[in-house]
Amino acid sequence: MRIKKLSLQRSGLAISLGALMLLGACGKKVAPPPPPAPPPEAPAPTASLSATPNAVDPGQPVILAWQTTGATDVSIDSIGPVDPSGQKQVTPTDSTTYHLIAKGAGGSQEATARVTVNSNQGMQSTSNATEEQLFAQNVKDVYFDYDKYDIRASDQGSLQADAQFLQQHSNIRITIEGHSDERGSTEYNLALGTNRADAVKNALVQAGISGSRIKTISYGKEKPFCSVSNETCWQQNRRGHFVYEK
Amino acid sequence: MSNSVRAIYRASLIFGLLFLLAVSSSAQDWIRTGTGLGVERVRLAAADFKGSNSDAKNPELLKTFNDVLWNDLDNAGIFDLVSKSFYPLQEPGQPSEVNFSVWSTPPPNTSMLAFGNLGVASGKVTVQGWLYDVKNTASPQVLGKQYADNATSEAVRVIAHRFADEIIFRLGGGIAGIAETKIYFVSERTGHKEIWVMDYDGANQQPLTKLGGISLSPRISPDGSRLAFSSVTKNGWEIMMYSFDLNRVVSFPRFGGMNLSPSWSPDGKLAISSSRNGYPNIFVMDGSGGNSHRLTNDQGPDVSPTWNRKTGSQIAFVSGRTGLPQIYTMESDGTNVQRMTDQGYAVSPNWAPNGQFLTFSWMRKYGPGEPGSNDLYLMDIASKQWVQLTHDSGRNDFPCWSPDGRHIVFQSHRSGGDQIWSMLADGSNVKQLTFKGSNTQPNWSWK
Repeated sequence: MRIKKLSLQRSGLAISLGALMLLGACGKKVAPPPPPAPPPEAPAPTASLSATPNAVDPGQPVILAWQTTGATDVSIDSIGPVDPSGQKQVTPTDSTTYHLIAKGAGGSQEATARVTVNSNQGMQSTSNATEEQLFAQNVKDVYFDYDKYDIRASDQGSLQADAQFLQQHSNIRITIEGHSDERGSTEYNLALGTNRADAVKNALVQAGISGSRIKTISYGKEKPFCSVSNETCWQQNRRGHFVYEK
Repeated sequence: MSNSVRAIYRASLIFGLLFLLAVSSSAQDWIRTGTGLGVERVRLAAADFKGSNSDAKNPELLKTFNDVLWNDLDNAGIFDLVSKSFYPLQEPGQPSEVNFSVWSTPPPNTSMLAFGNLGVASGKVTVQGWLYDVKNTASPQVLGKQYADNATSEAVRVIAHRFADEIIFRLGGGIAGIAETKIYFVSERTGHKEIWVMDYDGANQQPLTKLGGISLSPRISPDGSRLAFSSVTKNGWEIMMYSFDLNRVVSFPRFGGMNLSPSWSPDGKLAISSSRNGYPNIFVMDGSGGNSHRLTNDQGPDVSPTWNRKTGSQIAFVSGRTGLPQIYTMESDGTNVQRMTDQGYAVSPNWAPNGQFLTFSWMRKYGPGEPGSNDLYLMDIASKQWVQLTHDSGRNDFPCWSPDGRHIVFQSHRSGGDQIWSMLADGSNVKQLTFKGSNTQPNWSWK
């Protein structure tokens, strides 16, 4: 009797397992999983960044100081991940806009600080610098939020500066490359990168740059700038990248 | 107590039987015969083939033949293969040597027996194979086949695949086996992403393209004569076409913008994602790139179309029109757009040969703060009910059905790097097919 019960139980189990596996086929209704619970409200991070002094000669030190609250992931472009609050000495050779991103459960916040590097040498090297070098020094890439292809309000400034440079150097032609981070599908990321490159192009065209000077291409996640699996690196890879074309 | 317990078991049995009846009346072939749990599998013994003469080359070719045949029958997913440890010491090499009662009773206790012999003579190999119903002593022969070819291990491999497919066809409800099918994929092992091809079991991996750039998304045509893929050209991503008649890349129209992710309809039309008019949208065209027209019109991005492989009358695709990418279906004229997934990050749909299921890659919970497990799912299109096929095994993407609808090939990061894996369509019998370099985007031939 016990043996029979056991084998009955086993066949019952096997059949219900079979039923589970085949649910897709017979259309038996299963309640859909409940929607994910909304995350608890977290305060939005705050961030501030300052550079002292904000105008120096080449080779002179500048102290960057920053403070954030409510952030778990803080990074500064060209420096990388940093403590939530702190300071660091830098010696910029060119005028630089330092850009800080603070991310936390409540969202993300950005702050920038501009250091102007002024010198006669600078003037001289500017006049001697090739157009391509000037392009590399002045035209800054545009960065995107995760799975987004609209230009962030915080990037409008640098994009306007890019447009201004291109207006002043009207014989430069460019390619805008759309890039994505490593997460998600190869094909979808290529399509997303297309929209990113187009968004940058459209912004430049609106700023008065002729569309005929601009080519676009998406590389999706095929040519990452950074290959570490964390948000700092992913942010580096979600970009519209400017390439100088002769 | 005992009675009530028995009543519950009886009820569950009855429910199970009703359920099985419902399944078999809707006649889904892969469910009825293949991966269907609760369905009795044919018990099959495959005796090692024997040498028919004493040629020195026989042992090496016999080993290849026996390994490939066993592997094919095991992969088929429709047999209860009797372990070789249960076989009698005297295995038959031809019909006169079959001892019916030894095979049809325990320990082998098999219904079917495959056996035969192989011999090399003056550079040629001859293989004779039989399939016997050993419980039908009066008329046991189900199958008798003879094959001859050059005495190479490649030729013997093909013969074993053919014999396996004959057995699978006879015992598997008349559905052709897949042992002779091919899988196309992207490999980076030479330093560039090129299109490669291999046998369905991972053997014979060979490059098709040597373009030196980035080539992606290979899709073989239904008749197997051409392969569409996308590649970076001087002017961006364009659809490329490889001809197996000419064994080279042949010309195909350049559309401008980004052109990506081709998919063949059963009657040889193409659907692609193209941004020639601005945003990436789905376009369809004939197989030579002519008569192209747009089906979707939104900021999208719309990408990764896949035709209903049975009817050719519908297309599933991925769109980011509402934010994170979701799976949609539409008629092949662009009407009746239906959203299939309700949340998360859903990409890479592939339509089942029976026309009723989609398989795709889905992070059901995805976004900041979510761990985001990237698994493969199977969805019944009519009801939108789904089952999860992979669990806790890294990032899985680009699932593609085998022509028999019993298997799915996919890319997985579970071993540490991206490799091609295959499994039965219920998620069982998972096997790694590639090991060298990084290998992605597998695409199974239609036959």
